[in-house]
Amino acid sequence: MSSQEMQARFIKDRLQGRGERLLRSWEALLLAVAVIIFAINVWSSPYFLDPWNLSDATFNFTEKGLIAFALALVIISGEIDLSVAAILALSSTLMGLAMSHGAGTPELVAIGLLTGLACGAVNGFLVSGLGLPSIVVTIGTMSLFRGIAFIILGDKAFTGYPSDFAWFGQGYVFWVISFELVLFVLTAVVFAVLLHATSFGRTVYAIGNNPMAARFSGVRVERVKFILFLLTGLMSGLAAVCLTSRLGSTRPSIATGWELEAVTMVVLGGINILGGSGRIGGVVLAALIMGMVTFGFGLLNVPGIVMSIFVGLLLILVIAVPKLVTRIRQVRRKG
Amino acid sequence: MIRLAGIAKTFPGVRALGGVELSLFPGSVTALVGENGAGKSTLVKILTGIYQPDEGHIELDGRPVRFATTMDAARAGVTAIHQETVLFDELSVAENIFLGHQPRTRFGFIDWKRMNAEARALLERIGARLEPDMRLRDLGIANRHLVAIARALSIDARVVIMDEPTAALSHKEIGELYELVERLKAEGKAILFISHKFDEIFRIADRYTVFRDGEMVGAGLLAETTQSELVRLMVGRDVGQVFPKVPAAIGEPVLTVAGYCHPTEFEDIGFELRRGEILGFYGLIGAGRSEVMQALFGVTRPSRGAVRIDGQVAVIRTPAEAVARGIVYVPEDRGRQGAIIGMPIVSNVTLPSLYRTSRHGFIRMAEEFALARDYTARLDLRAAALDQDVGTLSGGNQQKVVIAKWLATRPKVIILDEPTKGIDIGSKAAVHAFMSELAGQGLSVIMVSSEIPEIMGMADRVVVMREGRMAGTFARDGLTPEILVRAAAGIGEEA
Repeated sequence: MSSQEMQARFIKDRLQGRGERLLRSWEALLLAVAVIIFAINVWSSPYFLDPWNLSDATFNFTEKGLIAFALALVIISGEIDLSVAAILALSSTLMGLAMSHGAGTPELVAIGLLTGLACGAVNGFLVSGLGLPSIVVTIGTMSLFRGIAFIILGDKAFTGYPSDFAWFGQGYVFWVISFELVLFVLTAVVFAVLLHATSFGRTVYAIGNNPMAARFSGVRVERVKFILFLLTGLMSGLAAVCLTSRLGSTRPSIATGWELEAVTMVVLGGINILGGSGRIGGVVLAALIMGMVTFGFGLLNVPGIVMSIFVGLLLILVIAVPKLVTRIRQVRRKG
Repeated sequence: MIRLAGIAKTFPGVRALGGVELSLFPGSVTALVGENGAGKSTLVKILTGIYQPDEGHIELDGRPVRFATTMDAARAGVTAIHQETVLFDELSVAENIFLGHQPRTRFGFIDWKRMNAEARALLERIGARLEPDMRLRDLGIANRHLVAIARALSIDARVVIMDEPTAALSHKEIGELYELVERLKAEGKAILFISHKFDEIFRIADRYTVFRDGEMVGAGLLAETTQSELVRLMVGRDVGQVFPKVPAAIGEPVLTVAGYCHPTEFEDIGFELRRGEILGFYGLIGAGRSEVMQALFGVTRPSRGAVRIDGQVAVIRTPAEAVARGIVYVPEDRGRQGAIIGMPIVSNVTLPSLYRTSRHGFIRMAEEFALARDYTARLDLRAAALDQDVGTLSGGNQQKVVIAKWLATRPKVIILDEPTKGIDIGSKAAVHAFMSELAGQGLSVIMVSSEIPEIMGMADRVVVMREGRMAGTFARDGLTPEILVRAAAGIGEEA
């Protein structure tokens, strides 16, 4: 075959231009939903646009968002981690225990993060080392980690954290911009870069689409999965530092149900629950949407259970609508 | 019996079929030939109700019919045995055969007794030595095919479509399949037989229809045509030499394997692969060839034996280590182990060489696309864009993506496991030409193949394996198909 023949057929880089891809993306849809919810909030409550109110609203998603970013990578790789909230609880409990023995703020932060890492390592070892299914492993460690927290604390609570420790959850970097919000944005950027711009991120997608072919392509599948569980543990530990600092106390029931909220955030953000696709930008938007809904309802004194009903419906709706639209189009084309 | 008239089907941006005319007759085998992407699979999907034609109609016994769903087609007696028939690993043979139409008792429960008895009768009818209660997961590819065929027969099919039924079968199994086709023919079934192998087409088919680029370009009786005429119709040009092996300078040993053993799959394998050499591995399905290759690639662990690369002892425990040592493997099971369906072509190609297109772990998009473009162009890949899902490509083009992926890593040894299985003549020729070119550039190639013409045409030397052991190593000169078949089957000279 001559070189002229080989050059004969030119394959272009991309099917669609950048603009078209953006317009057709899941993120565009989420952005529209976010704008609508923002508008409804503005219209229904005169207090919503107040800068300090908006700033308060961010706390509804910043800590959960930290977990959701790491969880997004785990889910893209085709696994899941349901123990995130339990890791948070255990991290917070061990921080409280250390505090009661006189640990200062740097030690507390270190203990929070290291506990998260250790829990992540346990999950990672069970999933990638022993090859157990992650849904079973993390349901197990979910009970295990929180159970340890209950044994340590009983029905008591740790309070009286050092005053400078409060800065992580209550401090402001500039005007109404809280430390947590800055941390949320920085983490989003770090995870977006990690997932979308590095070779590590690429292998995460490859594993999620076809773990066997990824292995056959020389990807160290087990190592990547272990790192992802470590990361999720670490981010849960970080969320524990923020939440404990913000609340100023630790109870063993801290962050109950957050694992499902984090999963909801990830799935609403357009990450395929079966793995293989999705982007961090979508998770950021999903976090904003969930935070705004929760806060808007709070301003209107809507009870918490109604909020969870709404978030559940939103999740189903946002996932069902694109499917329905394509189906209606198909029917029309046939008819 | 069944007639397609003026069938056309368009997908976004592609006209898959246009003005197709096809008639099938009872008790007659019609061969459907064409390159991959010529529209054969689309036609099968229209016949089985998976796709709806945009134009034209289907007639059954002279009456127009519409197959809105796969069930409609099945009820009308049209059934297909696909390239990758969907079967269920965890179910028994009988359950797989009768899934969706199990015999029921009066109370609506599955009538297991009757189901197993009917399954046994069906299996006997096609000469399959299988028990109805065997788990499907314990069966090999050939037996799975038989289950699929039994399933097709269980719905009392009148039209049987066989889409490359022999692609994964060994010699003996192919013989048995031919007998089965004869039996179906005698029962008055109309059979559509899709195949890339001309010898088998001429052996079992009565009529032919040739597709090219979604159009029917010829049809008639096989008795009135020749192989070269069919090839000319298919490709629309003369292909000339199908196996363009150019002699290459063979250098020093690159890969040396000695006393290589696996607890269950193979024993005492030893060979030497030299620079610029194409070493063929021939044998029957299940002879252990793929298993040796997967052990060399680090997928499975050998129990004993030494591997040397460039004279240095190499211990390879994972595919990642194999790639780092310059050994790459193009697997037989393209869909599961080769291409990563759901990811773009570009990501598939660059996955193992991302370190080359990135700095400190950050991917450089422009370099990545350039690398993918470079290697896919060398293999003459046919695609619309590099960010297209690799799953939208035809089998032949997927294979080119997998090969491009490995070449981009600049390997020393490339192992190709059934590299042209189920791909069209055009892609086949491209793969062969490229293999030959690579050997010429000093790459060492191991080619596992069950196709004798391919082995004879491409390999410098041939290792024949039988039941997990070496049955012989043969030089190219003086090699005949008979020698290979005898070695593979274990037939002595006197037989």
